[in-house]
Amino acid sequence: MSVAATPPKSPAPGPTPSKSSAPNGTPAKRSWTVRTREAGVAALPPEKLLPDGQPTYVASWIYVFGVATLAALVVIVGSGMILALKGPAWWHFTGVGHFFNSIHLWAVELFFFTMVVHLWGKYWMAAWRGGRARVWMTGAVTFLIAVPAALTGYVSQQNFDAQWISTQAKDAMNSIGAGAFFNVTNFGQMYSWHILLFPIAVVGLVSAHVLLVRRHGVVPPMDVARTTKATP
Amino acid sequence: MLGAIFDLSNPAHIVHWHVFEMSVSNLIVICLMFVVFALASLLPLPGAGRRQAAREKAIQR
Repeated sequence: MSVAATPPKSPAPGPTPSKSSAPNGTPAKRSWTVRTREAGVAALPPEKLLPDGQPTYVASWIYVFGVATLAALVVIVGSGMILALKGPAWWHFTGVGHFFNSIHLWAVELFFFTMVVHLWGKYWMAAWRGGRARVWMTGAVTFLIAVPAALTGYVSQQNFDAQWISTQAKDAMNSIGAGAFFNVTNFGQMYSWHILLFPIAVVGLVSAHVLLVRRHGVVPPMDVARTTKATP
Repeated sequence: MLGAIFDLSNPAHIVHWHVFEMSVSNLIVICLMFVVFALASLLPLPGAGRRQAAREKAIQR
C-alpha cells in the first residue's frame, strides 16, 4: 500500500484569524477579559451599581450608619497615608503630626462606633434574608479583621502605652498559639501589618461588602418584606 | 500644647462587678452606642415623610 505524501499546509495569506472568532463571526472561545466583563456586567449592571434612588424605607436613621462607617474608613485611610509618609515617630515631635495622629485615632473611634451600631441594626433586621448571606458574612469578617488592625495601630504608637498594650497582648496571642508568627512586641512586624496587610484586607472586604449590597439591594424591614411576599 | 479635658495623669476609673471589669470611659462609649441605636431606630429621618407622601402621590397618578 502506498501512501501519498501530503505537502505541509502553508499558512493562509493575510491576517491570522483570531482564535476567539468562529467562521460565522460569533465568538467560539472567548478570552478571559470578555468573560470577566460579561460576568461583571451580568452580576452588577450599571443601573444596580450606581442606582438613581433607593426604596423609601432606606430613608431612616438606622440606614445611615453603614455609609457613616465608610466615611470614617476614608478618613482613616487618608490620615494613615499621611502618617505613613512621615513615619511612625513624626507625631511625637510636631504639632501637625500630632494633629493627623489625632484625626487618625478619632476616625478609628468613629469607625468602630458607627460599625457597631450598623451591626446591631442589621442583626435586628436579619439582614442576611433574601440571599444576602454573603453580604452579612463579609461585614462580620470585616469587623473581626478591623479589631487586630486597630490593635496593631495601638502597639505602633512608639510610647509607653504601646509597650503596655503589647506586653499585655502577647499573652493573649501566645495563649492561642499565634505568638510565634504574630509577635506583638516586634514593632517592625506590627507596623507592617498595620499599614499594609490589614488595610488591604479591610478595604478589600469592605469593597466586596458594598458591591454585594449593590447587587442584592438594601435589605428591607421585616414588615415590608412580609407585605411584598403576601402581595401576589 | 493643649491639655486634655480630663486629668490623664491618674489611673483610670474601673467598674468592677463580679467577673465584669471595664474602664468607665469604655462603659460610657458603649452606653452612648445603645442611646444612638435607640434614637436611630425611633426618630424619623428629616424629610422621610415628605418623600413617602410624594411617592404615594406619584403611584396614585
